[in-house]
Amino acid sequence: MRSRYGAACIGAMLVTVLPAAAAETLKHGGTLTYLIPADAPPSFDGHRETTFATVHSAAPFYSVLIRIDPQNPSSTTDFVCDLCTEMPKPTDGGKTYTFKIRQGVKFHDGSPLTAADVAASWEMIIHPPQGVLSPRGSDYAMVDTVEAPDDATVVFRLKFATNAFLPGLADPFAWIYKKAILDKDPHWYEKNIMGSGPFKFVDYQIGQSIKGVKNPDYYRKELPYLDGFTAIYADKQAVRVEAIRSDRAEMEFRGLPPSARDELVHALGDKIAVQESDWNCGSIVTANHKKKPFDDVRVRRALTLAVDRWHGAPALAKIAVVKTVGGIVFPGSPLAATRDELQRIAGYWPDIDKSRAEAKRLLKEAGAEGLSFELLNRNVDQPYKYVGTWLVDEWSKIGLKVSQRVVPTGPWFEAMRGGTFDVVLQANCHSIVNPALDVTPYLPGSAENYGYYTDQHELDLYDKMLRETDPQKQHALMNDFENYVTDEQAHAMVLPWWNRIIPYQSYVKGWKISPSHYINQDLATIWLDK
Amino acid sequence: MYRYIVNRLLLVIPTLVGAAILVFTLMRLIPGDICVVRLGSGGGTFDERAVTACHAELGMDRSVLLQFVDFLWGFLNFDLGKSMWSGKPVAYEIVTRLPISIEIALMATIVAVAIAIPLGTISALKQNSWVDLFVRVFAIAGIATPSFWLGIMLILGILSVSQAFAGAPWMPPIDYVPLWQDPIRNLSMAIWPAITVGYRSSAITMRMTRSAMLEVLREDYIRTARAKGLLEKIVINRHALKNALLPVVTLIGLEFAFLIGGLVVTEQVFNLNGIGRLFVLAIANQDYTLTQALVMLVVAVSIFANLVVDLAYAWLDPRIRFA
Repeated sequence: MRSRYGAACIGAMLVTVLPAAAAETLKHGGTLTYLIPADAPPSFDGHRETTFATVHSAAPFYSVLIRIDPQNPSSTTDFVCDLCTEMPKPTDGGKTYTFKIRQGVKFHDGSPLTAADVAASWEMIIHPPQGVLSPRGSDYAMVDTVEAPDDATVVFRLKFATNAFLPGLADPFAWIYKKAILDKDPHWYEKNIMGSGPFKFVDYQIGQSIKGVKNPDYYRKELPYLDGFTAIYADKQAVRVEAIRSDRAEMEFRGLPPSARDELVHALGDKIAVQESDWNCGSIVTANHKKKPFDDVRVRRALTLAVDRWHGAPALAKIAVVKTVGGIVFPGSPLAATRDELQRIAGYWPDIDKSRAEAKRLLKEAGAEGLSFELLNRNVDQPYKYVGTWLVDEWSKIGLKVSQRVVPTGPWFEAMRGGTFDVVLQANCHSIVNPALDVTPYLPGSAENYGYYTDQHELDLYDKMLRETDPQKQHALMNDFENYVTDEQAHAMVLPWWNRIIPYQSYVKGWKISPSHYINQDLATIWLDK
Repeated sequence: MYRYIVNRLLLVIPTLVGAAILVFTLMRLIPGDICVVRLGSGGGTFDERAVTACHAELGMDRSVLLQFVDFLWGFLNFDLGKSMWSGKPVAYEIVTRLPISIEIALMATIVAVAIAIPLGTISALKQNSWVDLFVRVFAIAGIATPSFWLGIMLILGILSVSQAFAGAPWMPPIDYVPLWQDPIRNLSMAIWPAITVGYRSSAITMRMTRSAMLEVLREDYIRTARAKGLLEKIVINRHALKNALLPVVTLIGLEFAFLIGGLVVTEQVFNLNGIGRLFVLAIANQDYTLTQALVMLVVAVSIFANLVVDLAYAWLDPRIRFA
């Protein structure tokens, strides 16, 4: 039975490859119905929210300044214009970026979109006024000013040159709003939608659905292909799988576990296509340095040395949304450690017996043999509970007695922020692959670092890496940083990266999977072959 | 009677105030912070200054005492405030979801009554027969089977059967349309959760009907009615069943109140945007204002359902008079 599933999976995956190779006649029209695995977004304002529920609901209504190339979404350098006319070459030693803005672009209310709107939107994100939330504001610490000297030009001036700026600028939440509205009420976009994207807003039923219709004045000619879309909120996985199976909806864009993929492929055969990608979400395990014996680097190193990532990852991939073994940087990106580099880091050694023997030696030396502690975990199945259970088993192989405390999201955060835990499993999810910024949760003092330690040397290593603009030198510096954080000090340990699996009705065309469920969500290029 | 109703309604006020104090306190005892959940649940990075701004925006930077006074004052003025999660008025959040919950609760109650009372009565009349045995097994299965599991099985069954016989899998609609807009679509969505929940509810009511009937059938006045030569149909319907229904009506009233806010998992299984699902989300998101309002709603519905049940007693049993 299992091999039949496997064969069916391969067959279904081929379905996604073959049409790309064959010449297909593009069809206009139709309505895409997709599912959003959430109840409802807290608000429609991308600038203030961090949830995919906001992006999946409202991204089709908005434009952005630049974005990652939809055909090369894993890249860290391949950016393309959306509202700009040409990707600029930085001047002033890499500290000034001048964008020319498309002319003739209109908001959905018919008013023209100008550089002033772009600058005002970015100002709101980077320098939010009192009372306005901008959770990603700290990502733009390098930006000094944003100006619109005329209707067609936007200039970003940086405090220092860095490769992290452009990926940050391609943030999928950075929608361009109308300056006049922002000036009047910076909270207006929380409850209202009015952009310049490929679809115009039609209707929203709270917790039920959101609908959009094709924008006939969209500036990218011929697009969008669809007449419209309906997104249905469905937070229960079983509902989403059944809805796709019965064609009540064509797809969802977040990701389903392997079992759901196999179920759909088994039930529908070649009517289901599947796309998979490494997901820009890492699982991090952090020990609370304030609690003994986790203040001892030998104990922390033992924790990471005990885990057999190379053999564990393929097994876990059959049941959970994790797959690729990697370090602190998204696998395959230029700053990521190569396999050779990884295998020199504690916990990635090719010989697990040697690794576990070293772990036991370190525990003995630290007087922590047979240590008992609690792993704090989040009450979310995929992949938290699967990975947590695997981890407990791995640690038992060096004699550790670990219990798992699984709690809802609120208490999970409360325990982390209050430091009332021994060891915690957390996620590190991002949109655009931007390694220099994506690794900030490893920094002591960052909002998401719950290690409770200070380490100036680590901060210095990071700062040096952040400011390096030569890719090769930056890779080496990232490698130093990674070795220091995950091996030498073992402040944190990294587990296999998440794997994004999207099964969908095979008549849906023109969509390419990306390493994040936040990007490629404007639906402009999707068409229905039916 | 009128005086009794007024007295009962006046008693609602201290009950609601007591519930308000209790829910306000309990919500603050749950560890967690809505701002952190909101900004961090996606697993990404967030600026700590945004958390501070969020606290200020939601008034969480004020003392708990001040927050409580605010809540109580709003409550006494029928102002439930705004959802801390969506920023929308709480009344709007509830009113949007209430129709589907009421519809399912009503339909489930109809299903439950339609199954429970005839079967419970027959079971009592045919005590210890194979009919009685079948009804009891049916009832115990209904109590033992979790509604959400039954719901999932029902959907999977529909999918498989439709695929086998019609060639393409079919499932009920997953987006709600009001009954007055599209009755067929509405009913094809609502009937399945109503059956799922109604079955469980019917099982409890069925057992209560059976035991009440058995008790009543042994009463002297039933023997007297039979001795007088009354038709068995009249003895059962007019004398036995009407009296046996007293505890059954109480149960139906309480079940109805539960169904308004208690269909937590069933609403998720059928993707119903009802009060139960909203309740779970409000608690998971640590949305204090919304949770408080929902608890108050459930308390109010329970009080009202109890009042209706008490009034129904007078109709069912003329011996009961309200002073």
